[in-house]
Amino acid sequence: MVIANQERFFFAHYGLTNHDLETYLAAALSAGGDYADLYFEYLTSTSLMVDESLLKSASQGISAGCGVRVVSGERTGYAYTDDLSPQRILHAARTAALIASAPSKTTVAGFQQKPARSLYPVALPSVDADITAKVELLMRADRTARGFDPRIKEVRASYADELRTILVAGSDGTFAEDSQPLARVNVSCIAKTDASSGRESSGRGTSGGGGRVALDFFFGDKTPEFFAKEAARQAILQLDAREAPAGDMEVVLGPGWPGVLLHEAVGHGLEADFNRKKTSAFAGLIGKRVASEKCTVVDNGTMPWRRGSLNVDDEGQPTQETVLIENGILKGYLSDKLSSKLMGLADTGNGRRESYEHIPMPRMTNTYMLAGQDDPGDIIRSVKNGVYAVNFGGGQVDITNGKFVFSASEAYLIENGQITAPIKGATLIGNGPDVLTRVSMVGNDLKLDEGVGTCGKDGQAVPVGVGIPTIKIDRLTVGGTAKRETGGFMQ
Amino acid sequence: MTTTLETSETKLVTDLKEIATDVVRRAMKGGATAAECVVREGDEFSTVVRLGQVETLKESGSRAIGVRVFFGQRAASTYSSDFSAAGIERMLKSALELAKICSEDPHAGIPEAGKLGSLSGDLHLYHEDVYSLPGPERIEYARRAEKAALDADPRIKNSEGGSFDAATGRKVLANSHGFVGEYRRSYCSVAVVPIAQDANGLMQRDYWFSVARSLAKLDSAEKVGKEAARRTLRRLGARKVKTAHVPVVLDPMVASSMLEHIFEGVNGDSVYRGASFLAGKLGQKIAGVNVTVVDDGAMPGGFGTTPFDGEGIPTRRTVVIENGILKSYLLNTYTAKKLGLETTANASRGLAGTPGIGPGNYFLEPGTKAPNQIIAEIKNGLYVTEFLGHGANLVTGDYSRGASGMWIVNGELAYPVEEITVAGNLKEMFCNISEIGTDLEFRGSVASPTIRIDGLTVGGE
Repeated sequence: MVIANQERFFFAHYGLTNHDLETYLAAALSAGGDYADLYFEYLTSTSLMVDESLLKSASQGISAGCGVRVVSGERTGYAYTDDLSPQRILHAARTAALIASAPSKTTVAGFQQKPARSLYPVALPSVDADITAKVELLMRADRTARGFDPRIKEVRASYADELRTILVAGSDGTFAEDSQPLARVNVSCIAKTDASSGRESSGRGTSGGGGRVALDFFFGDKTPEFFAKEAARQAILQLDAREAPAGDMEVVLGPGWPGVLLHEAVGHGLEADFNRKKTSAFAGLIGKRVASEKCTVVDNGTMPWRRGSLNVDDEGQPTQETVLIENGILKGYLSDKLSSKLMGLADTGNGRRESYEHIPMPRMTNTYMLAGQDDPGDIIRSVKNGVYAVNFGGGQVDITNGKFVFSASEAYLIENGQITAPIKGATLIGNGPDVLTRVSMVGNDLKLDEGVGTCGKDGQAVPVGVGIPTIKIDRLTVGGTAKRETGGFMQ
Repeated sequence: MTTTLETSETKLVTDLKEIATDVVRRAMKGGATAAECVVREGDEFSTVVRLGQVETLKESGSRAIGVRVFFGQRAASTYSSDFSAAGIERMLKSALELAKICSEDPHAGIPEAGKLGSLSGDLHLYHEDVYSLPGPERIEYARRAEKAALDADPRIKNSEGGSFDAATGRKVLANSHGFVGEYRRSYCSVAVVPIAQDANGLMQRDYWFSVARSLAKLDSAEKVGKEAARRTLRRLGARKVKTAHVPVVLDPMVASSMLEHIFEGVNGDSVYRGASFLAGKLGQKIAGVNVTVVDDGAMPGGFGTTPFDGEGIPTRRTVVIENGILKSYLLNTYTAKKLGLETTANASRGLAGTPGIGPGNYFLEPGTKAPNQIIAEIKNGLYVTEFLGHGANLVTGDYSRGASGMWIVNGELAYPVEEITVAGNLKEMFCNISEIGTDLEFRGSVASPTIRIDGLTVGGE
């Protein structure tokens, strides 16, 4: 069933009318409340996996539902249904209404659709594209990875896509529709040395990418061969990795995905809900210095085709570019409707949710640091003894005390200004509100990640993007195992 | 009233079983050589009370259906939340079409008929009392738990709230060998996340919770709130330490992560791919003689208990590691065939895709030493209460994670520490579990007593 970019999807397929929306919202506000909204979602998805050069797993699915939210002061009532019949939606609306206890409000009259961008105008969404073409992409990835080096022993290649069609209607007249494609290729490899080589060693590598794109994206620069070679290269590199050092030292981050540093160290701490509740280590720091003056960090939901981008957020608000840190000074928070209203701030269009079963909250979109003036080569040359980290697994942060980690999966020693040996994976740990104050050099090579990030908060997963130029952090704790005699970094 | 309820319940059960068997029958009629259908239905209630005021109140139910079909050795799966005749027809049609493009996999298939079955008797997984409290009293449970934390100490000035959650779920599985199984499970929990602030304005957060299948077994709100406060307060004033090689003690909450790493290592899917350093190590010593690890999916009332696994095979007890010797991997039908072994009934089945492998009740057998005795024997070491990040690589065994906890000086928990790392290699860490506590308690399907591990690097200043 082709449902691409179809306006009035829920009107056409479920017989929904403006009058129905008004009726549901009136039921939601039947016990008072300041605001109510409806979030209709229809999601189709495909998932394919090639393992041992066989297409072993193929699945497709459809899920649809509606979530009803009622806001009364700081209180939120929420209910949802996966049955889009009027009786079930009305039942959900009356359940959500229980949060409030005041005379009913019946001020819902007429909807206004704000002009929104068209950041991902795909002609044919990937979910509706020929499935055999997707399988062929994975077979090409499998062949490339296996052909990269005889020490590549295992390869898994997967393709996942979805098309999410949403309708948001709010009691303040909000009306927004969007059709959000998402596609991703992923390749993972395991390398092993032959037992006969005398030294048993193994390594793993993963690579992938995509975005809010159609299938043709993978026939451009970012082919399955590109991701397969990258995954295989990382796995082979690990075979000769040395022990990572332990302790505080100079750290250089490569461009692109290492921007996960920003996501963990500052991004989450600047989500408005944590600051409204004063549970963030960044609470009360607006206007204060939280980074060196070389650092400017933004969150930008308006980048065409990007995984973290949205025409409108999940509350129907158009997304925007929001400056979080400008020349080292903390400028703003990422907000949704509830927090912007309670804090008297502008809604930055960051209200997101995983699905109709979830309450929206402030979330990041694409978060990155603007390019600086420094030459990446000069940055490396400036380091006497340190670590150069270019690829990461994931990260995590404790919002309240600001401590964050991110795990390097590809990193090298820097010795006397030269990149030398690859080192084993190691976790880096720091403190969000001050780690960026120790950024002494910022490269001119801003790069965004390939489109693989998924962020979890309160059990809700949403796709995001990150980016960063090459940067130098004068001191960060590296969690390796090397003893004094091999590391030379211990104090 | 009661009679009416029971009648409607019985009808509902029949309906879901009928739907599942009907889908299997229609898949076979459509040309499939084997088929399997799963139906899930559940409802949830959750509330968060913050600083005494209700912050969120959520209540809903949902259901979904998934089907897996085979054409010989080719398999595919589809799922839907649309139970209308047209919705189910579309789901089936897609699955049958999709299977045709999949590869022939000689090991694909549903289990042999003779292996299918469901444990008899009451496994104590479902208790109606999780919803027995009226709405206002559920909110009150959360409010009291948070209040107990806020009242515990004046330094606890803020909170991410107290919460009360309840849920029930039903699962039906049917396949073309005639298997039809069904079970219901219930769950309730209370949790508190207090925030404490020291004289310098620095904040710390920690949490505590209780979870049970029956409301009658849930800890009191006050007990949970007080423990959450204690865990939060002890973090105030945390500092970094210098990089050191010292004994590390893991409290039970973080020690269970070590069990999860062992699980990942013995998971048949990692083993047949060579993605685990434990592949090929059956019968060999992989841990200290004090280490015995068991998976038991049949334990009455357990958080990981089900009468049958994701493929319809009765669950059982499997000794994974006995006195340090690797005795068994954990397998489903597919990975067992790949390895030439028998399934251990650990198939886990979502709505879509091929079955994965999941734990039953999976735990480290307790030792003989009290946790405070384990700490008392250490002159200088680290007691970990929280790990940050996911820095474990099961292919190589490399291990590196962020940590916080307490520094041990002369057998006492002396002061809180944070912003440090703990690193080593899992191959050595499993062998270097030098002490195991007596304090095994299930707070989920994976559980461990307190453990001490030697030979790790603590990274700091």
